[in-house]
Parts: sequence; structure tokens; C-alpha cells
Amino acid sequence: MSKINILKPNKNNLNLFLVLGGLFFTLGILDFCLNNFLEKNITSFLPGFISFFTPLIFGIIGLHFIRIEFSGIKQLDNLNKNINTNNFNAALSIIIILLIIFSVAPLLNWFILDANFVGETKEACTGGGACWVYIKIWFNRFMYGMYPNAEQWRVNLTFVLVLCFASAGYFMPLKLKKYLTFYYAVFLPIISFFLIYYLISGGEFGLVWVETGAWGGLSLTFIVAFFSLIFCFPIGMMLALGRRSDLPIVKYSSLSFIEFWRGVPLITVLFMSAVMFPMFLPDGTYIDKLIRIIVAITLFEAAYTAEVIRGGLQALPRGQYDAAKSLGMGYWRLHLLVILPQALKLVIPGIANTFLALVKDTPLIFVVGLLELVGMLNLAKTNPKWLGFSMEGYVFAGLIFWIICYSMSRYSQNLELKYKTDR
Amino acid sequence: MKLKKTLPQLITLLFIVLIFGFFTMNAQENMDTRGIEFGFGFLKQEASFDIQFSLIDYDGSHSYARAYLVGLLNTLLVSFIGIILCTILGTIVGVSRLSPNYLIRKTATFYIEFFRNIPLLLQIFFWYFAALRALPMPEDASLLFGSSFLTIKGFYTLAPVWINFDVFMISLVIALIIIFFFNKYAKKKQEEEGIQYPKFFISLVIFIALPALTFFVGGVDVSFSYPELKQLAKTAFTYEGGVGIPPELIALTLALTLYTATFIAENVRAGIQGVGKGQHEAAASIGLTPGQVLKLVVMPQALRIIIPPTTNQYLNLTKNSSLAAAIAYPDLVLVFAGTAMMQTGRAIEIVAITMATYLTISLAISALMNWYNKRIAIKEK
Amino acid sequence: MPDSIIKIQNVNKWFGDFQVLKDINLNVNQKQKIVVCGPSGSGKSTLIRCINRLEEHQEGNIIVDGNELNEDTKNIEKIRAEVGMVFQQFNLFPHLSILDNCTLAPIWVKKMPKKEADELAMKQLEQVQISDQALKFPGQLSGGQQQRCAIARALCMQPKIMLFDEPTSALDPEMIKEVLDAMVNLAKQGMTMIVVTHEMGFAKEVADEVIFMDEGMIVEQAKTKEFFANPKNDRTKLFLSQIL
Repeated sequence: MSKINILKPNKNNLNLFLVLGGLFFTLGILDFCLNNFLEKNITSFLPGFISFFTPLIFGIIGLHFIRIEFSGIKQLDNLNKNINTNNFNAALSIIIILLIIFSVAPLLNWFILDANFVGETKEACTGGGACWVYIKIWFNRFMYGMYPNAEQWRVNLTFVLVLCFASAGYFMPLKLKKYLTFYYAVFLPIISFFLIYYLISGGEFGLVWVETGAWGGLSLTFIVAFFSLIFCFPIGMMLALGRRSDLPIVKYSSLSFIEFWRGVPLITVLFMSAVMFPMFLPDGTYIDKLIRIIVAITLFEAAYTAEVIRGGLQALPRGQYDAAKSLGMGYWRLHLLVILPQALKLVIPGIANTFLALVKDTPLIFVVGLLELVGMLNLAKTNPKWLGFSMEGYVFAGLIFWIICYSMSRYSQNLELKYKTDR
Repeated sequence: MKLKKTLPQLITLLFIVLIFGFFTMNAQENMDTRGIEFGFGFLKQEASFDIQFSLIDYDGSHSYARAYLVGLLNTLLVSFIGIILCTILGTIVGVSRLSPNYLIRKTATFYIEFFRNIPLLLQIFFWYFAALRALPMPEDASLLFGSSFLTIKGFYTLAPVWINFDVFMISLVIALIIIFFFNKYAKKKQEEEGIQYPKFFISLVIFIALPALTFFVGGVDVSFSYPELKQLAKTAFTYEGGVGIPPELIALTLALTLYTATFIAENVRAGIQGVGKGQHEAAASIGLTPGQVLKLVVMPQALRIIIPPTTNQYLNLTKNSSLAAAIAYPDLVLVFAGTAMMQTGRAIEIVAITMATYLTISLAISALMNWYNKRIAIKEK
Repeated sequence: MPDSIIKIQNVNKWFGDFQVLKDINLNVNQKQKIVVCGPSGSGKSTLIRCINRLEEHQEGNIIVDGNELNEDTKNIEKIRAEVGMVFQQFNLFPHLSILDNCTLAPIWVKKMPKKEADELAMKQLEQVQISDQALKFPGQLSGGQQQRCAIARALCMQPKIMLFDEPTSALDPEMIKEVLDAMVNLAKQGMTMIVVTHEMGFAKEVADEVIFMDEGMIVEQAKTKEFFANPKNDRTKLFLSQIL
């Protein structure tokens, strides 16, 4: 027979305790809100130290009163099981709730309530909140860098086309599936290169030439990330195969290559491409800054991609190799037609992660003077007509990156689950 | 048959030799045209630039080699602090991810998803250019904890001034030696007679008591120098005395810690989840206390899962510290591959040295990790 | 009635809304061997896991060797030292050798000197005929060998009661015999045993009483001979017809 405890509810006096508990809990929250938002202290008759903690104390008492192991009311049981298992947990829960209240209200203020959305100049930002006018005005620059406004449709068109080509592989008819590797490793990079060369860069077919130094903003982020990804793919594949090879020279040179690029920070690699690389080329040859950057990032990421692909190759059952060999396939046929298509399916989550890391690494290209989104932000905040809005800029960029990266990681997690169950 | 094996290798070798040859030839030519010599002698030359923050004595009259050392020490400093902080934070968040408390779990998940998906450089910029810029000027700063000031120019706090510091250090070393031998003795006692000493508690007491003793008998004393506001010019104030931690270091450490801790939290979670429930139950069923279950059964298995990817993260943190260049924290890259290279124009040598430094650190830690993995690998059929 | 070493009185247990044990009453005397059988989900594993408090009962009393199981943790650890358990999944500690698996609890809980613990462990490992594997690691042994080690590990604490939770269900058929042999050996030495299993041959050979559980209740409880010859309840009859 469970003991009747005056401080603990049981099935009989549950309702009384619920009311009591709810009262204390609400009192605690109220005290906190009054303290912080209205500067009123209802417990000021207590010594300063205690009155600071009264919201917490009231909350703990409140939660203590409603703690019952099994009451039959679904919501109450859920609440108790999740945040109220003992006093320590209750205290932590209250602290978190209070923290949320403490931070959400001012954030809401800054983001929406006190913010300015309408206007054309700095003067329009009168409120104490965020100046979204700043973002609105600079939006084009953040997206396209210094690319001339009139030509920005070319960038958009290129992206749409490239996206179509990239996803075409998904819809390929079964007959052509065996050319998938070839498509992604060779065909797609070439097409994309020409698209970018003729559409974005221009200079032919009546399109105005836009130098790469003017490319910038989020579109540059995508260009760099995308190109690096599709080029580092075939290189990573070769490296992974080389690493697993039986031939010592091939194996050790692949190994050294991979370990070299994985051991140095990306920023030194970019420095190298900007400063050291020209020394290695014959005097007078000039390779475009953007191309140098993309080559550097590609080689860098290829090393990481190689490791990801190698993981996939190792995960394939030996039987696949044996079956293909017994059918008389040589090394290349075996890998291109049987092994790689399967391994690549396995490593898609890993590739997605690499792409994610790539996107997060693109802001580093500022070291060579190319301005993608973060670079444009830094440029904008020094503009004399718009000083003091660095916070809005960073929040905006943070939001964009977060949405992109979070969606990608969610997508790759879903893929991973899907492929796990497919087997 | 032999041809099949040797031909691809010869081709690869040829390819590599051709590329390296091409690069070297061009480099030689370019250097000749510009009259630059290849060599490392420049390291002895006078650097003639100042470094804002340095752990060792340095000024413009020191050599480039010394400047390299300063940069390296700064890199190691921020990496070291970052590693310690992110491990603590990552472990707390990782464990919280598994809490039965809904709110704690969700908060931990929110933290991880938030800080993991924003580029590190952006986070560094945010802390340095946005958050820390909101701090007050030195003259307006309010006193914290009775001794410190958090200002836009840095965090100024008290600095210890030691008398007989060497005596104190020696006592620490002796304490560690005593603790080492005590633990060996306690283990032996347990094996022979079954008696268990509270090893951790006693070790802690020795570690605190012995150095504390030196204050009374060793002539060791420590006083503190406090930062005090000094006016340099009409509108320029600074703090003298105490120690000032530059905002660059604070921003960099903060960003590195918050970012890397997300990955460590996931590793810790995977490690703890990787130890099956059955292990907990079996250990409990033979009468071990929860503390013993953790120490003898769960942690050894969890650590085997946690440590390899976590060392990888430590490496990443060290490499990411090179982003310091973006906010002018004088780390190895900024000092050496930045300022020194601009001054001497020795691009090849300097970039090579810089990359070699990072490569050495990476390879050393990887080798250590491989050795450790082989040693503790759980033996299977 | 001889004083029972395990007294289970009016025990009820819920997992949230679902009641998994309904009004269980059971007395186990010293040296008694009891086999618990029943369809999956009947609560048999939950029942024996309540005996060493790996699961907590909400209503009723469980008294083990004079100690009542409640929230008092000091009590729980004392009881667990006297009740050994063998799991379906063996649950050997993979990072320790077989010998260390067995000596872990004696050293840390009973504070035995290592030499004494080693001797005790080797004796128990010999009982289950696996002493030659003492320095190997669990990952290097077969399933049957691992389960026998698990039995030895539990026996090293010199418990008064041994609980078995489907000890052979995860084994390949050719290894079941070696584990059952070890359990029969143990029974012959007078250990109090409660075994949840489908191995009815083992029950017939060793058990004093057989309990049939279904949907959280003890449906039928009888002396072994009586149980197999004359099952009284229809559900028992159905179950026996399916597995025999």
C-alpha cells in the first residue's frame, strides 16, 4: 500500500494538487516576466539574492506538486515523464523555459516588431530593431555580386539549365543507366563548363563579357561549390581506385596525394593557388583567378571525396568483384560498369556531406579577393552610406546558409535511411 | 603478365615526374627572371614588423624564424584552448542529447543543428564584427567580479605575480610523481588484499595539498596585479596591469569551440548509444554500483567509439584556426604566410614551410591515433 | 511451509497504459528449479527481471532472501549480488578477457584480492568446461562458449539464486546442448533456479515446477510431471500442443 504523503499527490487528491501545482508554476513564470520585461519585482520584500531565484523556486514547487507516477491522464503523464521525473530534472526544465522566454521576446522584437521593412535609405531605419531595408537594397549585390543588373538573367538561366542536366540522371531510362557514371563524371562537367563559359562569362554570341572579378554573391558560392563538386568527383574516384590498387607506385602516390591535401588547412591551399601557383607556370601565362580557385578547392575536396568513395568501395560485398571477374571483365570494365555505380549509390550521403562542407568552405575565397556572399557582406558594411548594419547582414547570410545546409543534411539523412531499408 | 603490372606504374611515374619537372623548371625560370634566390637564409633576417599578441618576447628586431615561432605558438594556443573547451561543451551536449528530459534533449538538438549548419568563417565574423563590437569602450566598462573588465578592446583581468614560482612548479611535479606511485601502490594493494582506496579523492587531495604547502614553508607567494584604467590621450584609454586578452582571440576561440563542439557532441552520443543496453543490465546484474558500471564497463567501450572521430575533429579545429587570418589574430598563417611573405616575397619557401608545419601536426596525430587504435582494439575472431 | 527464498505477492506492473504483469503470486523455495514458459509477450521475461529489479513493479511486494525490493538502492545492490542472471544475448563485456569478465564483480563488489578472484573464476570456468579459453576475448568465442562463460561469470558472485532469461534462444542448434548441460550440472549441485525457456526437454529433466504464463498472468502452475501429463487449462493445452 503506497504511503500517503502530504507533499505528493496520489490518485485521490490529484485535482487539488494539480491546481496547486499549476498555481505555483504560473506564479513563477509571472514573476520572471514581471522582473525582466516590466521591471517590477513582486518579491522585493525578500532579500535580493532570494528574490532573484523566486521564479525558479516557485516553478520547482509547482512541478513537484504535479509529479505523480501514473495518473491516467495522458497529457499529465507525458509531461511528467518528459520533463518532471525528479527535482533535478524539474529545475533544469524550468531554467530552460525561463531562458526561452528571456531570449525569444527580445529576438522577436528585433526581428519583426521593431524592425523596418519599408524604405530606400538609411534614414528609413528609425526603429530599434533590425533594418531589413538594408538587406532589401543590397539584395541584388548579395545574390549576384558586382554582376551588371541587366545581365543577371544569364546567371539564372545557367543555373536552371545546369540543374536540369544534373537531375536528368535521376530520370534516365533503364537502358541508359549503365552510362550513369560516364554521364556524371564526364558529360555533366563539360556541359556545365560550356554553359558557364558562354552564358555567364559571355563575350560571344552577342552577350556582353563580364569578367570573373565581378562575379560574386550567392551565385558565386553556387558556381564555386558546384564546379568543385562535379570536378572533384571524377578525380576523387580515380584517387580512391588508386588507393585500393595493388600496384605499389599507384597506391603510394594516391596515398601521399590524399594525405597531403587532408593535412593542410584550406586557407593555405588558397594562398598557394593565389601566390605560389603562378610561379609554377611559364612566365606570362595568366590563368583566371576564379579558375585557379576552383582548381585548388577541387583538388582539396577530391582528397576527402576519395576517402568517402573508398568507404563505399570497401562496403561492397566481395561477391560483386568475383562475379564480374568471372564474366571476363577487365579492371576498367569491372569498375566502371559494375562496382562504381553501386558504390556511388552507397556513398551519396557521404558526398552530400562533402558538398555541405564545400558550401561552408566557400567563404574562404575572400583571400584571393573574390567576393561571394560573406565577402559581399563585408564589403557592404564598409559602405559609408550604410554603416552600422553588420548585424543584419550576418543574420541574413546566416539564415541563408542555415537553410541550405540544414535542408541538405536532412536530405542526406533521408537518403541514408532510404538506402538502408532498400537493401 | 609482368607487363600488365609494370606498365600502369611506369605511366603513373612518368606522369608524376613530368608534372613535377614542369613545375620546377618554370619555378626556376621565374625566379631567375626576378632575381630571387631559393633558400632559407632569409629566416635569419630581421623581421621588422610587430605582432600584436605574442606569448614570448618579440619585437621588430627579431628574426623571421622567431616570428614563425610566435605565429606557431599562437596557433597552438588557440587550438589548445579550443580543444579543451569544445570537449567539455561537446560532452555535455552529447550526453544531453540522450536525456529522458524532453526539453533538455530538444535544446541540445537545437544547439547542434544551429551551429553546425552555419559556416565557421561566418560565425567568426559574427562574433568579432558584430557581437564583440557591441561591448563598451574601456572608459565605459563596468567592473566584473571585482577585478575584470569586458571591453571592446579585450577582456582585462588580474594577472598573477609570483614569488618563487619555480618552487611551486617543482612541488607540482613532485605531487604528480607521488600520485603516480600512490596509484600503483593502491592497485597492488587491491590485487593482493582486495582493499580499495578512494584513489581519485586521495590523488586530488595530494595534488592540492602539496603545492598549497609551499605557500607556508616554501616561501612561495602570489599577488595579483589588477588592470587599471589609464588615459593615453584625450579619447584614448587603455588598461595597464593585469593581463589583457585580445578580442581576436576571444572571437576565434568562441567560434571554434561552438562549431567543433557540435561534431564532438554527435560523436559522444554515438559512443554512448553504441554500448548496448544489455551491457548496462549485465553489469548491474552482477552487483556493480552505477558508478562502477560506468567506469568499468560502459566508458571503456564508449571511448573506443568516441575517440577516433573526435581526434579527427581536434585536427579540424587546429586546421580551422588558420581562419584567424580573417580577423587579424596573429596565428601562423597570418604572421608567416601573410605578413612575412608580403615583406620578403619568398612565396615558395614560406608557403612550403607553413604547409609542412600543418602536415606534420596532422600526420603526427594520425599516427598516434593509429597506434592507439591498434592497441585498444577489441579482439575479434 | 519452508520459508521461501523468493516471495512474489500480488505484483502488478504497467508499461505506461499497458499492464504487463497481472496479480502475480509466486513462492520459490531454496533449491527449487522452476521453469517459466509461455508465448512471447506473456510477461515471463519481465517477471524474472523484476526479481533483480532490472524492471520495477508498481504494485505488490517482491521479497528476495528476506529483503524487500523497493526504491532503496543499497538494498538493490545487495540483492543483485545474491541473484545471478544469464541473458539471452550473453552480454559479456567485449573489452575484457573471459577471466576478467568473471573476476570483475568479485574484485570490485566483494573486494576480493585478485589471486583469490582468479582462483574462484577458474574453478567456475572449469565447471562449465571452458577454462582453457580463460585468456581469450568474447569476440573470439562461439555463441555456446560465450553463454557458458556468462553462466560462470554469474556464478562467481556465489549467488543463492540464478535467473535464466531464454539462455538458449540466441544459439545455433548445435550449441544448445552444451549450454543446457552446464545448466543441468548446476541444477544437480542444488542451485535455486528460475529459467524462462522453450526447451521443454530441459524442463522435464530438471524442473520441480513449471509455470505457464499468458497475457501477464500465471495461467497454470504445477509440478512438472503433472504439468506435462495433465494440463488443466485450455490455453496451456494449446501452447503445449504447439511446441511439443
